This record gives sequence, structure tokens and C-alpha cells, in this order.
Amino acid sequence: MSFPFFHYEFLQNAFLTGIMIGLLAPVLGVFIVVRRQSLIADALSHITLAGIAANLMLGRSSSFFQGLNPLYMGMVFSVGGAIGIEQLRKVYKHYEELAIPIIMSAGIGLSVIFISLANGFNTDLFNYLFGSVLAVKKSDVWTVFFILLLVFAFVLFLYKELFVLSFDEEQAAVSGIKGKWIQFLFIIMVALVIASSMKIVGILLVSALMTLPVAASLRIANGFKQTFVLSVIFGETAVILGLISSYYLNLAPGGTIVMISVLILLLSLAWKKWRVRKPILNE
Amino acid sequence: MSKHDNTAAVKIENLSFHYGDRYVLERINFEIPNGAFMGLVGPNGSGKSTLIKCILGLLKPQSGKVSFFGIPLNRFKKWEEIGYVSQKANSFNTAFPATVYEVVSMGLFGKVGLFRFLNHKHKQKILEAIETVGMTNYVHRNIGELSGGQQQRVFIARALVSDPKLLILDEPTVGVDAASVSNFYQMLKSLNEEKGLTLLLVTHDVGVMSDYVTHVACLNKQLHFHGNTKEFKEVSKDGFSQMYGHHVHVLEHHH
Repeated sequence: MSFPFFHYEFLQNAFLTGIMIGLLAPVLGVFIVVRRQSLIADALSHITLAGIAANLMLGRSSSFFQGLNPLYMGMVFSVGGAIGIEQLRKVYKHYEELAIPIIMSAGIGLSVIFISLANGFNTDLFNYLFGSVLAVKKSDVWTVFFILLLVFAFVLFLYKELFVLSFDEEQAAVSGIKGKWIQFLFIIMVALVIASSMKIVGILLVSALMTLPVAASLRIANGFKQTFVLSVIFGETAVILGLISSYYLNLAPGGTIVMISVLILLLSLAWKKWRVRKPILNE
Repeated sequence: MSKHDNTAAVKIENLSFHYGDRYVLERINFEIPNGAFMGLVGPNGSGKSTLIKCILGLLKPQSGKVSFFGIPLNRFKKWEEIGYVSQKANSFNTAFPATVYEVVSMGLFGKVGLFRFLNHKHKQKILEAIETVGMTNYVHRNIGELSGGQQQRVFIARALVSDPKLLILDEPTVGVDAASVSNFYQMLKSLNEEKGLTLLLVTHDVGVMSDYVTHVACLNKQLHFHGNTKEFKEVSKDGFSQMYGHHVHVLEHHH
């Protein structure tokens, strides 16, 4: 049987990017979820959309922006939004979650303005909203690969600190860990991963890839490392199965990936139930 | 034992802390001798937790000085020598996916340092600390599955794993059932007697505590009493009336 993923370059690009994102999104997702900041991904994806829209708008009048991959502008906005969230969390110390709707609505507001200035929707924008395998270019693969290396180094070398900061910030402070700049780097990594994931899964669905695999593994994992490993396995499974089945069934890849994640989540909930009942039956 | 033998483990000089013009702590002077098991008692709102946070450098007092083993707080670097167990309920997500082993390993992170990994020796240390608190059978269980008393033991192990010289516990028995509390105090007492660990235990539970500690300090914005347990039991009647504002019976346990 011939496997089309090895014949067409655009499918290779989508597949490679997908595999990298299937690793990246759940790895950062674990820390986001255990810190109860699941909605941060949503806020950042919407501000990323504003960046994309800004680039498409500028591309109408400037050949420089027309030639530029909108991904980069998306990343600039995403990182800007991440810094904004951190600043707002300091301003509203006792209402930390307030930062998320503020940044999210600012992102949507800006996007709508930019889109209207760019004379409305086009296919490009539609691809960013819902993801498209056709839209992944070679340069996207390299950009995501670079981000993969960056995030990998970050998590590997600061694993201990990220872990203790997520568990207990006071304890981290007492043991002399400088939490502020690690948190700052962390949210920038999140912003970069979100921006790089959207070609495949789309802006509206990217947060699903960060949270659903983690939600599934939380139900059945024992300990933090296991949560980590299972989240990555679930994320990769969803991306790979999603890309292949969306190709054969002619479905939108982003939606398929997310729905497979939902399926995995349901299976893990069922498995947990079955596991809990089993020892009672054995008695 | 060590070169610090003659210096106090903790020395607090003239420490005051206030929010606006409301004083929480007023001119506190006290020291914890090396090797002591000090109980710090006071009613709710007496500034106990604030004092602990000032000692640990989590809050900055408006005036006064704190030093550890003769070294002023702002120049103190060896944080691995100080173990801290906070009020569990305040700073702990019980659904957090971490095993007992992983929680205890966190106690070594400050000591191991940035960009470095735990080695075999560290792993041995983690298992030893878990054994010290009697939790060996639960090493790979998720922390959220344990009872309140067991969780507190795990947090003690986390504080012990870096071989501290001083262990500070802020209301460690809140949320722990009564039967486990005396076991818990007994464990602290043996850490003090057998391992020579200096302990500072913050509690509002005066009666039970006084059977285990060697020294007592009573706090209510100001320090009302500071001395060893025997003196404390003699003066406790007056001390408490003054502190709580009405007469209090101290439960005595005669064995």
C-alpha cells in the first residue's frame, strides 16, 4: 500500500509539524493545567489571530509584509499578549484570572478591526482559524523545529523549578528559587508554541491540544512524570490519527485532531471508572 | 557538633511589622537556642504566621533584624539548612499529580541548583527522608490519595531531605485528626532528640504541644513569655490571662 504522506511535500510538512506540535503542546500544557491557567492558551491564541490579521492587512499595501510569513507577526503579538497577561496579573493580584478575558477580548477586537481593514475574510485567514494541512510550508516546519529545540531545552533544564513552582510557590521561594523570571520565560514559550500550532489545528482549536491530552492523563496517571509522558502519548496519537484520518475522510484536520483528543479523554474517563470498580468486584 | 554551637539557630532583634498604622508585631526579641524544640503559641491573629514569614524572608519587616546561625537574613545563602512546612491548606492543590517521592524530591531542588539533575545519591536521600517519617509504603502513591496526617509527614520529609539544621513548622496539625496529632508530635520530638534538629513549631494548640517541646514563646503582637517549658508551666496561668485577656486553664498531662 502506498502511503501518500511520503509522496507529497505538503503532507510531509504537515506531518512533521504535527508531530512536533503533538509533543510541544501537551508538554507545556501539563504545567498550564496544574497551575489552573488552562484559559491562558485561549487568550494567547486570540491575540495571535490579531497578529496574523495585522500581517494580512499590511500585506495589502506593502510587499515586505506580503512576502513575510504571517506566523512571525502572530508570534510577536502572542509574546506581547503573554507579557500583557503577566503584567495584568500583577495589577489585579487578587483577580488573577481577569487578565485572561482582558487579553482575549483585546485580541478579538484587534483582529476584527484588522480583518475589516484588510477588506474581509479570505481563505488564508480561514486556514489560520481552523487549520489546514495545505497551508503548511517548508519554512513553517523549520520555524516549529527551532521552537521545539528552544522549548525542549527550557523544560529539560528548568524542569525542577517549573515543577516546584507549579506545586507550591511559597516553598519555591523559601528554597531560593527565583520564580519570576522562570514564569516569564514559561509564558513566552507558551506564546511561541501557540503561534506555531495554529497552522495545523487552527487558532480556535489550539488550546484543546494543550489541555485535552493533559485532562485525559490526569485521570489515570500516577505522579507528575507519568502525567507528562501520557499527555505526550495522547497528544501525538491525536495529531497522527487526526492527520491521517482527515486526509482519507476529507475532513478538516484541526477539528479531527481535537475530536480524537475528546475521544481519548472519554476513553480515559471510562478506563478510570472500570479500574476503580475492578478491585471491588475482586473482593 | 558544629561551629555554630554557641550561636542561636535563630535570633530576632527588635522586630516590628505593621500594615499602615496597624501593628501586627511589636518589638519582638527572641532567640532559638541550637538544638531546642521551641513551641511558638498565640491566639488567632496574634501575628504568628507573620513572624514566621518575616523569619523566612517572605515578608520584610519595617524594623528589626533576623539572623540564622549568626548570619543576618539578607546575607544568608544556605537556605537548604532551613526546612519549612507551611499550613497545608493554604498552599497545596490536593489534586496535583505528584507522587510522595516526587513531592519529597522538591526539597532538594534548591540545593541541587539550576540546570542540574538529581543523581543517585540524591535519590537515596529522598528514600531515607521518606523512611524517617514512616511513609516508605506510600512512595509511589499520589499525594492527594493520602490522609491529612500522612500528607503532613510527606511535607516534613520534603523539609528534611536537604539535611536542614532548623525546621520551621507553621500550624502543621491543622486538618489532621486528633489521633494522628500526638503521633506527629512524637515524631517531631524524636527528630529533635535523636537527630539534634532545631525545631520551631507554631501552633495555637497550647496544651498538647507543651508535653513535647523544650522551650516556649508566647506571642500576641508582643512577646509575652520566652523560656523553657518548665518555667512556662509555672507562669502559664498569668501569662495566658495577660495574653488572651481572660483566664485560661492549661491542660497538664502527667505521665
